Amino acid sequence: MTLLCFYRSDMNYTTIKNNQVLPVSEIPELSYSAFFELNTRLVNNTQENHCVNYFGYPVVNNIKLICCIADDQKHLIYLSSCLVNRDEHLLSFTAMNFCFEKYEREIHENFGISYVDHPWLKPVRYSHNRFDAQKTISNYPFYSIDSEELHEVGVGPIHAGVIEPGHFRFICNGEQILHLEIQLGYQHRGVEPLFLKRKRLAERVIVSESIAGDNVIGHTLAFSYLWESIYGYKPSRDLELARTIALELERMAIHTGDLAAACADVGYQLGSAVFGRLRTPIVNFFQEWCGNRLAKGLLWPGMNLYPFTTTLSDRLRIVLDTFEPDFEEMRKALFKMPSALSRFERTGILTTENAVTIGAVGMAARASGLNRDIRLSHPHSLYNELNHEPIVKHHGDVYSRLQIRKQEVVQSIKYLRYLINSITENENGVTSLGNPKPNSFGLSMVEGWRGEICHCAITDNKGDLLFYKVKDPSFHNWLALALAVRNNEISDFPICNKSFNLSYCGHDL
Amino acid sequence: MLEHFKIVYHQGKQFIPDVTTAKVPGIFRGRPLIRQTQVNLSELMEICPVQAIAGDPVSIDLGKCTFCGQCSKRFPEKIQFSSDYKIASNEREGLIIKEGDDKPLKINPQKVRKDIRSIFGKSLKLRQVSAGGDNSCEWELNAANNVQFDMGRFGIEFVASPRHADGLVITGPITENMAEPLDICYNATPDPKIIVLVGTDAISGGIFTDSPALDRSFLEKYPVDLYIPGNPAHPLTIINGLLDLTRT
Repeated sequence: MTLLCFYRSDMNYTTIKNNQVLPVSEIPELSYSAFFELNTRLVNNTQENHCVNYFGYPVVNNIKLICCIADDQKHLIYLSSCLVNRDEHLLSFTAMNFCFEKYEREIHENFGISYVDHPWLKPVRYSHNRFDAQKTISNYPFYSIDSEELHEVGVGPIHAGVIEPGHFRFICNGEQILHLEIQLGYQHRGVEPLFLKRKRLAERVIVSESIAGDNVIGHTLAFSYLWESIYGYKPSRDLELARTIALELERMAIHTGDLAAACADVGYQLGSAVFGRLRTPIVNFFQEWCGNRLAKGLLWPGMNLYPFTTTLSDRLRIVLDTFEPDFEEMRKALFKMPSALSRFERTGILTTENAVTIGAVGMAARASGLNRDIRLSHPHSLYNELNHEPIVKHHGDVYSRLQIRKQEVVQSIKYLRYLINSITENENGVTSLGNPKPNSFGLSMVEGWRGEICHCAITDNKGDLLFYKVKDPSFHNWLALALAVRNNEISDFPICNKSFNLSYCGHDL
Repeated sequence: MLEHFKIVYHQGKQFIPDVTTAKVPGIFRGRPLIRQTQVNLSELMEICPVQAIAGDPVSIDLGKCTFCGQCSKRFPEKIQFSSDYKIASNEREGLIIKEGDDKPLKINPQKVRKDIRSIFGKSLKLRQVSAGGDNSCEWELNAANNVQFDMGRFGIEFVASPRHADGLVITGPITENMAEPLDICYNATPDPKIIVLVGTDAISGGIFTDSPALDRSFLEKYPVDLYIPGNPAHPLTIINGLLDLTRT
């Protein structure tokens, strides 16, 4: 009986690769118990499989849930679905595998589906179209502990610096953080419905550029690949080359800027000034290339609006040649300065176990010994050609995360040097992509500098968007920050926060 | 220690000596120039993803424009973006560039409130509030404070508390969830105070215009002193805008 059961559920999913589209009808629709059994078993706390997206969308009076589990070894994504009623009381995946907790909170918040054994159905972002409009962000009841020894510290939504809003509520024992609760949603401006409301491609490109302004290339690339796969368009090597260069430049620029911010947070003025100024030539190169320092307007599905010419590659070579010695000199000084190192080492530890449990992704996961990198596991752009090898650290502290940034900058320079030596410069892509595939489901993943960005789309019977789902890496990693700061001094919170540098707008959408 | 001196020596002087005349590298989409050439007007208006282009006479509203450059790519004979980054204005209508206009945007001194220049002319402390911004304008505001643009040399700085501030710098289209904190922050700022909107999203809502998740009633309640357009606004646009508003 058990054998039969396993056999049945093994057959009850379908597989796709990254950037692949299939008819929605080919995703098996299971009963909730089979759906539950399948997906919790597929993830089952292994490092190789993780949930890349799990969401619901309304179908007539019911909610259709689609779960996408990525297998990093086999380079496949397992898809399954289930139709549920809004009034149903469901068993939560989270009780079996904690990495589902946020997805289920989101499903609960948007559709009112209740889970009987979910540990904490805390609101995700107070989205405009939430199920219970009575609940507002201003009257959110924070978790509190009644004790004479403990005190609470509330920070935000408006922070001391020039950064985005979010509320942090610390419960401290003296100087030590016992618990941190993060409540986001202040940046929620309705990105996902806007993808459907704005009908023209030009509008949708701008929406995808506005998901996270510090990750413009990452999100616009995910949108472009998804759009192209819906239209059955295969980008040429030229197009892929320009995109890979852009993605690595963005990684370099932000990592360098974050090293500056980390220096500022430990009071190392020289490091802050030098890394801060080193970011400028990289972002200015974007401006030379496409007219915008954050590369807005650079990418477009199926087209190379700003071809990467030999003139640009010569310029980039000079930029890299002058960047490298300055960067090397500064990073050598930083990583051997005892006063800085004592602030970085053993601060804000995210253990490997916690990283796996919560399903951490990207750079933060790799700093905790979890080798999770879409460039290797579900390669897009030219990463196959580059034989990408992820950089992995094992201590999970601030130091590891800064080491990863430093080494990824060096790695990006290496990739960029290879790429600019291999331009062919001939093709600008196509002006018309043809016809979109109707009633289809598509999924696209891109490894941005923060980590895995996952966009999913479902088309209607004319091939236009019926549903669009965006997942920023911060969706997972905010919890990583909350866990990492436990038992640290509250004065170390800024440096912990900066070592992750998560996105508020990418989370809140 | 010696190593640090070496780094300082190698870095040399990084600051831009004159931020009012500095040239921006490469392509830059700043103040647009609209020629009198006849083109298919409906197609031109249609191409703009944010309806920033109006007809008769043809004009571009920089408060709505996302500077994507689609219009000048399609109609290069009609619209060209110049590298003029001084595009801030203290009047909303001042951001509308009409056919044939080719003069730099200026702050209208008549519309500058009397106390602004006398009180904030030498020192301006600002409280930044991101209200649904995508972190690009916030990024450029931070860049305006780095060693290259060095806005601090003019006594213009960002402060941690609204109690210490002379005004608010708002980025983002102002979300429903940020409406109340923004209002509280404004009321916590002592008088006299200014409001500066940075970026297309803040000025008009940008691509998020008419999204139901926004609440822009704040802007109906309080006067805006400066509009700094851009997607995001360039640090030089920000610095020059603030300088032109507060200094004669």
